[in-house]
Amino acid sequence: MNNLILFPVIAPFLFAAILMFIPKKVKLQRALTIVALTVTILGTIWLLVRVYHEGVLSMTLGDWQAPFGITMVSDLLSVLLVLTTTVVTLFVVLYSFPTIGVPREKFYYYSGVLFLLTGVNGSFTTGDLFNLFVFFEVLLMASYLLIVIGGEKVQLRESIKYILVNVISSAFFVIAVAYLYSITGTLNMADLAVRIPQIEYVGILTTVAVLFLVVFGLKGAIFPLYFWLPSSYSAPPTAILALFGALLTKVGVYAIMRTYTLFFTMDIGFTHELLAFLSIATILAGCIGALAYFDVKKIIIYNVIIAVGVILFGASQLNESGLQGALYYIFHDMIIKAALFFMIGLIAILFGTTDLRKMGGLMKTKPALGWFYLIAAFGLAGIPPLSGFAGKLLIVKGGFENDHVWGSIIILVTSLLVLLSVMRIFIYAFWGEPVKVNEIPRSTYRQMFIPSIVLVGLSILYGIGTEWLYPFVSDAANVLQNPSIYIDAVLKE
Amino acid sequence: MKTNDVILKTGTKVVSFMIFLFSIHIFFAGHYTPGGGFVGGLLASSAIVLLLLAFDIKTVKKILPVNYITITAAGIIISILTASAAVFFNKSFFTHFFDYFHLPLLGKTSLHTATLFDLGVYLVVVGVTMTIIQTIGEDE
Repeated sequence: MNNLILFPVIAPFLFAAILMFIPKKVKLQRALTIVALTVTILGTIWLLVRVYHEGVLSMTLGDWQAPFGITMVSDLLSVLLVLTTTVVTLFVVLYSFPTIGVPREKFYYYSGVLFLLTGVNGSFTTGDLFNLFVFFEVLLMASYLLIVIGGEKVQLRESIKYILVNVISSAFFVIAVAYLYSITGTLNMADLAVRIPQIEYVGILTTVAVLFLVVFGLKGAIFPLYFWLPSSYSAPPTAILALFGALLTKVGVYAIMRTYTLFFTMDIGFTHELLAFLSIATILAGCIGALAYFDVKKIIIYNVIIAVGVILFGASQLNESGLQGALYYIFHDMIIKAALFFMIGLIAILFGTTDLRKMGGLMKTKPALGWFYLIAAFGLAGIPPLSGFAGKLLIVKGGFENDHVWGSIIILVTSLLVLLSVMRIFIYAFWGEPVKVNEIPRSTYRQMFIPSIVLVGLSILYGIGTEWLYPFVSDAANVLQNPSIYIDAVLKE
Repeated sequence: MKTNDVILKTGTKVVSFMIFLFSIHIFFAGHYTPGGGFVGGLLASSAIVLLLLAFDIKTVKKILPVNYITITAAGIIISILTASAAVFFNKSFFTHFFDYFHLPLLGKTSLHTATLFDLGVYLVVVGVTMTIIQTIGEDE
């Protein structure tokens, strides 16, 4: 039995339910959350080792035959995403201790985080389209709580927009699933991959594929559908913002990658061309936003949108370099975005504002923060020894191999704009005449700074250890490129 | 002027008890006939809502001194544990077990662990519905 596959989903779920019994005991809640996340990380590492050695693992709930029950599948892509997610969540929780405030902690904050983790891990692991919908709802419900928790005016306003957009996109999801079910008669992803090539009505399948692109694009913020993200994400406190920015859009990106490599491959000339076009448009729109604002939070939030475009452009190429690049980039982006949001939050607290024009001269008082921010900024832009380089290089190479030369050139040029947007923060906040800085206790500062530098350290290691990670990433990309490996693992007798 | 709703209160005392019994009936009938944890839970909470309509929040809290959020959490835990029990028998997660037993009075009965899972659902539905209604009701 491969029950281990479910461990990263069930462990946070169980602990989240246990935390609901003790909302007022903040210290105990903190300790239990750390225990839950550590246990989940250890379980996921064990799962990673097994998947690496034994290939794709799958199980069907309740011992039913494969296409009839709900299948859970763990290939290297999903288990690596689960591991990165859980590690980032652990750091977000550490960062929340000094920043989130006791009233929020007493109002089921940690339960919310763990339920969110349940939903995200479940979405990465499931092998059934309707089950994917359910896990999407689990993570969305938890994110509704997290976006509104605390009840500040701006949070209330933005949560209405956020919930409205997501309810509509969930309704579209159900409609898309209903269409696909009425065409194919199955919802199991591996079974879909077997049946879709046998269906001759390519036109209607392409329509459904585009409908799924709209649905996952709304969740993952691609070009015309990203309008809700910048204002909604800037409402909640930094810890929650880091959690959302690092994880939630990646779930939409993962869903597009999975569906567009596994079974919507009947009309690549249309669907994948559209995806490539939309991802380039996403990058351009993100760059415009990242350069337009003087608000530190907004700049990094628009960088989340840019990253979505870069990853999806790699995935849309469907060749080895493109897919490997997309995978390298998605893990890098989850780590570096969390680190950047942490440091932005720290800077905003120090200056008491998020407006760049009111900042300056932090390099004289907090040099360590400055240097680590600089490393993270260079890593984000993809300067060679750091983590963003390998992914972007492979994505650009994939574009050149596939006659998407214009797309690759746009990605190269926009890397400079990304660098410019994050360097603006560095120049305004760290150089220039010192501005009066708020006093925060040393222990609080340390508690906020240490998770940030550990994450930056992880991203440096990720950049240096690119070669060492290659076997994992190439195996994961191999499963995406050859759906038969996935299908055989699920539908084996 | 204080209205005297003695008919409503007396009717409620009888009817809410009947609704509650019906909810238990629906809950146990779910395997073979329409029903189950979800409707059962909704019926049970409708019985409590009827009490809330006839009396006030304080009185109902005195009758049923429970924290509904705790009930929700307990329901989730019961469901997870039922589903994970299979793991310890070397079966896939969510595998259910059943067998036939001879019970006094009822005779030959099939007992199924799906009922325990449904009990979890029942508790979650009651807990969530009552939390929503009470929170809105107490809001000034």
